[in-house]
Amino acid sequence: MTTITPRDEQEACAAVAEAAAGRVPLALAGGGTKAAIGRPAQTERTLSAAALSGVTLYEPAELVIGARAGTPLAEVEQTLASRGQQLTFEPIDYRPLLGSAGEPTIGGVAAANLSGPRRIQAGAARDSLIGVRFVNGRGETVKNGGRVMKNVTGLDLVKLLGGSWGTLGFLTEVVFKVLPKPERATTLVLRGLDEAAAAAAMSAALGSPYEVTGAAYLPAGLGGGASQTMIRLEGFAYSVDYRGGELRRLFRRNDLDIVEGEANTALWRGVRDVAPFAAGISDEAVWRISTVPTKGHHFTELVARDVSCRWFYDWGGGLVWLACAAEGDAGAAIIRAALAQTGGHATLVRAPAEVRAAVDVFQPLTEPLRRLTAGIKGSLDPVGIFSRGRMYAGI
Amino acid sequence: MSIAFPAPDPAILARRDEILAGLARLVHPEALIASEDERRAFETDGLTAYRRLPLAVVLPSSTAEVSAVMRYLSGQGVKIVPRGAGTSLAGGAIPQEDAVVVGVSKMARVLELDFENRTARVEAGITNLAISGAVGHESFFYAPDPSSQLACTIAGNIGMNSGGAHCLKYGVTTNNILGVTMVLLDGTVVELGGQHLDSAGLDLLGLVIGSEGQLGIVTEATVRILRAAEGARPALLGFPSPEDAGACVAAIIGEGLVPVALEYMDKLAIEITEGFAQAGYPLDVEAMLIIEVEGSDAEIDEQLRRVVTIAERHRVKTIRVSKSEAESAAIWKGRKAAFGATGRISDYICMDGTIPTGQLPLVLQRIGEIVQREGLRVANVFHAGDGNLHPLILFDINKPGEMEKAERAGEDILRLCVEVGGCLTGEHGVGIEKRDLMRCQFDESDLAQQMRIRNVFDPAWLLNPAKVFPLDGRVLA
Repeated sequence: MTTITPRDEQEACAAVAEAAAGRVPLALAGGGTKAAIGRPAQTERTLSAAALSGVTLYEPAELVIGARAGTPLAEVEQTLASRGQQLTFEPIDYRPLLGSAGEPTIGGVAAANLSGPRRIQAGAARDSLIGVRFVNGRGETVKNGGRVMKNVTGLDLVKLLGGSWGTLGFLTEVVFKVLPKPERATTLVLRGLDEAAAAAAMSAALGSPYEVTGAAYLPAGLGGGASQTMIRLEGFAYSVDYRGGELRRLFRRNDLDIVEGEANTALWRGVRDVAPFAAGISDEAVWRISTVPTKGHHFTELVARDVSCRWFYDWGGGLVWLACAAEGDAGAAIIRAALAQTGGHATLVRAPAEVRAAVDVFQPLTEPLRRLTAGIKGSLDPVGIFSRGRMYAGI
Repeated sequence: MSIAFPAPDPAILARRDEILAGLARLVHPEALIASEDERRAFETDGLTAYRRLPLAVVLPSSTAEVSAVMRYLSGQGVKIVPRGAGTSLAGGAIPQEDAVVVGVSKMARVLELDFENRTARVEAGITNLAISGAVGHESFFYAPDPSSQLACTIAGNIGMNSGGAHCLKYGVTTNNILGVTMVLLDGTVVELGGQHLDSAGLDLLGLVIGSEGQLGIVTEATVRILRAAEGARPALLGFPSPEDAGACVAAIIGEGLVPVALEYMDKLAIEITEGFAQAGYPLDVEAMLIIEVEGSDAEIDEQLRRVVTIAERHRVKTIRVSKSEAESAAIWKGRKAAFGATGRISDYICMDGTIPTGQLPLVLQRIGEIVQREGLRVANVFHAGDGNLHPLILFDINKPGEMEKAERAGEDILRLCVEVGGCLTGEHGVGIEKRDLMRCQFDESDLAQQMRIRNVFDPAWLLNPAKVFPLDGRVLA
């Protein structure tokens, strides 16, 4: 496996054009920390954005940051923190879960549409992504979107490239909308609720006027003794104080603790990065399921009838992290049958390569959507060289 | 009349009776509009200077009917112009003589409200405001609020990825839609997204939103509904110069405040609205901001106190902080009347570019120069938080050549928006209005890529084909 590391966009175009001419499949990568997500690659070469690095635009007063795709995420976050700002979607760091090394890049965040707990209130990475430059499979540079947050000029390829896992284009530069970092954060932890009661509590909190920025549930045994229902508030100190008081009143009948400061940061980092199932702690297969928030616990109930598994919830119950034995189809058939009842989709984010080769890692497509997906792939990458088969066999 | 339409296909025009008969077999009689009188109501949209009488109009009442109509028309090679309420200011719904308008305005039901999951499932012909109306009793609302929200449909909002005055905090349409039911050109019905967050696979939902009716017809949508804040109140601030107002906006955002609305009006806009609405706006300032914040009473007081403190560092001349609903209404009265008040004193065209907000003073100065060069006047109303600019170029339609002058000035203003790092359209869409300016913002390879993706959905260019992409240089399937 050889790695090509273009130093600028022109070199990237040339590398892609050459690969297209020779029909040489390319794995597209940033820091390579998520290379183990998806169907096992059928590629000989890796095209890496690692050398396309550096913040290209930062206007704090305009709430916008742009960077070359290979810029380490940490560098972008530090740049923002120096002016009291942040990426509002709280991107997950997949390294602990996957046991991978390297530096996650800002382009990888865009390509994988990585969001964390705050997604429930502030939107996904794709909602903050406002501009991209990329090289298509013809070796041409394409730009879409820009640096302003209100922009409806032409088709929105920014959204399309976001979460395309390197199958549609080689990102060279991305622009994100950013927001101020909150002055204070606090979490109410309700102890001992069962799953249905927790779902109802999280719905009540998210349906309150207090702009809850995180709602997660760790069942008994995963995060300590009793189950924990976690409800996070962030903002100006005066506001968090007031809203925290209102929520405590709402949940006055519950056994609850308040978590703040470093402990609070660590708590939500654990939820974000799926700490209960981290590599080294668990060697199970791990599924990421997006479903209707109040149906999350119905989904796990259906699955647990037939598969021995453990799970916890983020996004008010709408994001289920589920771990089960990495054998056979790793529960794929049962998980997807359950989703047919509750709605949503499942991605097998961690499993040995032979399992990922045998099951649909991404949610299988209906025939019309498969046709559209294949058509779009062909329109961007006519020869089919970009991360071919990573999301769907043959696409 | 500077915007070209493609010449109608005589073969289609000649088959009009046959096509009408074919449609009549598919839909209820009242859903098919054939007479010239009735078709007139559909010959234009919010861009009323341009009109084309469509071949026919169909107003289906179900996804199944839309599907049958699409399958039939595409099979016959007949062009289709999708339509919501017809309020597009960019001409996105203007028909052409050889096309059938397929409108969703009869599909306007609320299908399901789910407050626990904070979603509403609606038929796409429902008006934007009706969604908020349907959930208001639980203190919920649908966030994007284009100024046409009383009339415009969610279908049209999805087509144009509409915004509104509260985007800085709540985002635009694409950030507030979880799923759609869409009918493809051949009649196939697909579900994109659903009631869960983040649709599976490629973000086709994100691609469809803002695609201006070129990829299919959306018949149902699942939208996010939000619990309303406990309250909201604005402050009105008057400044001696646009530079001071612009610097004040930058400082407010720089200090971590994210107001829910941040509206800018220039001197002429203030004068025009004051003459009509008598909202008590200051006439001795060059620029005015309306800044609204949300929360409990105490939270609002604290945020407005911080806003005023910042404004005092930027030479603010007038400060009016609302203490009550009545005072809030008085402050908003003028801003909300701005377009209507302008329409009373003059014809105008409303432009819709976006600029990086740091460029505001420069852009306002250059807009003034562009419009002066044409011998016209301009009133600027502006979403200052997100850089979305709405210059109203005043002209007299009865004076020969003035409309052309206004259009020329408008085009130059949009070019200026792109030149300083912004874009041609912030929330209205490209339609026909900005179609021929697309090359200002995009290179050929950018446009070609978009058109190749369009070809996946509509290889024969039957869906709203005269819009968005310049008529020359099209990349066909």
